[in-house]
Amino acid sequence: MITVDIEKKLRGYGGQQVLKISSEFPHGSITKIYGPSGAGKTTFLKIIAGLIEPEKGMIISEGNTWLDTEAGISLSPQKRKAGFVFQNYALFPNMNIRQHLEYATNDKQWINRLLKTGKLDTLSTHKPEYLSGGQQQRLAILRALAIKPKLLLMDEPFSALDPEMRLELIKVLRDIWKEFGMTVFIVSHDQRELDGIAEGELLINNP
Amino acid sequence: MDLTPVWLTLKLAGITTLVLLLIGLPLAYWLSKGRSFGKIILEAVITMPLVLPPSVLGFYLLMAFSPQHGIGGWLQRVFNVQLVFSFQGLVLASVIYSMPFMVGPIKSALQQLPVSLAQASYTLGKSERQTFVHVLLPNIRASVLTAAILTFAHTLGEFGVVLMIGGNIPGVTRVASIAVYDSVENMDYHSANAYSLTLFCITFIMVVSVFVFNKYKAKSPLE
Repeated sequence: MITVDIEKKLRGYGGQQVLKISSEFPHGSITKIYGPSGAGKTTFLKIIAGLIEPEKGMIISEGNTWLDTEAGISLSPQKRKAGFVFQNYALFPNMNIRQHLEYATNDKQWINRLLKTGKLDTLSTHKPEYLSGGQQQRLAILRALAIKPKLLLMDEPFSALDPEMRLELIKVLRDIWKEFGMTVFIVSHDQRELDGIAEGELLINNP
Repeated sequence: MDLTPVWLTLKLAGITTLVLLLIGLPLAYWLSKGRSFGKIILEAVITMPLVLPPSVLGFYLLMAFSPQHGIGGWLQRVFNVQLVFSFQGLVLASVIYSMPFMVGPIKSALQQLPVSLAQASYTLGKSERQTFVHVLLPNIRASVLTAAILTFAHTLGEFGVVLMIGGNIPGVTRVASIAVYDSVENMDYHSANAYSLTLFCITFIMVVSVFVFNKYKAKSPLE
């Protein structure tokens, strides 16, 4: 179970808003996060990962306190080790596909399995600049999975994939999520993208 | 032509560049992260040699390093080290004088990298140090090389600071730029021309190499 109760001020074109989320997410669940642009979906994921500090709040993951602003507790992203798929992929330009995964894990078998899962095994020596948008996005997903995170945070992870590849990838990803008991948060703009996959929904829609 | 001043100049520029690489990389990284009033003041101090007359900087360094005053007196008493009119003093003065050429380009290169690169590394469990060495540094290596070449070339051309701190001691502090001045003073235009031409050629090659390197390599790694 992941319990989140946070409050963060957001600055936008329309002045200051407050992102307020209080919710619980069962262990191993897949939650779709949706809402209008600028509502704070990415900020919410980054707060959970420990990349952004909220003004107030608490995050408890599997009984471990990751954040408690009143008690002055805030674990670093390194300690939370939540897998994160960035909207802009955040791939390392100096590393090829295999090196991205080797940077995250030493488990060669796992790396080979991931490369096959993402259909990137034949491109493993290619650097991001030589990959298509879809291939880059798949690499970003594989890199986040490489650390076998208990919590996986994905910010629009399928936006650059064609419908066929998206369906195929989601199918194999579901098997991996189940196998490792990962709790998954997926930000998505596409209302139907996660139909039949997400078990829960979280609407972020600040006034 | 006595080649000792040229050799001394190259030695000074090489050591200064090396020292500044060691100091400049962590300093630029620290300055690139967030803004505080203290950082703004420190950055202004580092940038001062770009705009301050070298003689002014040299004068204050001379005062500071002098055995009769503050730091210089303390170094003399405690470590028996004299920085004025010595090669070590020249290195220290050059490090201060050329610091903006090393720190500036590295800092702006780091700031141009997307924040998400470091964040992605942190979420993989990597420390700040691992992230700097394996992710940030390799992606700004073109800028680091440019900064190193500029620092080296700038140190070659030092005159005012070097003259104030080091004077004109043959084999110790008489670098090529001082040798040019000295030769002209002695109406030895042939030697002045030889030193000047040597400095001109070395500096020209270095500046051209920066432009050539930037043309082919120093693009944003994300382009």
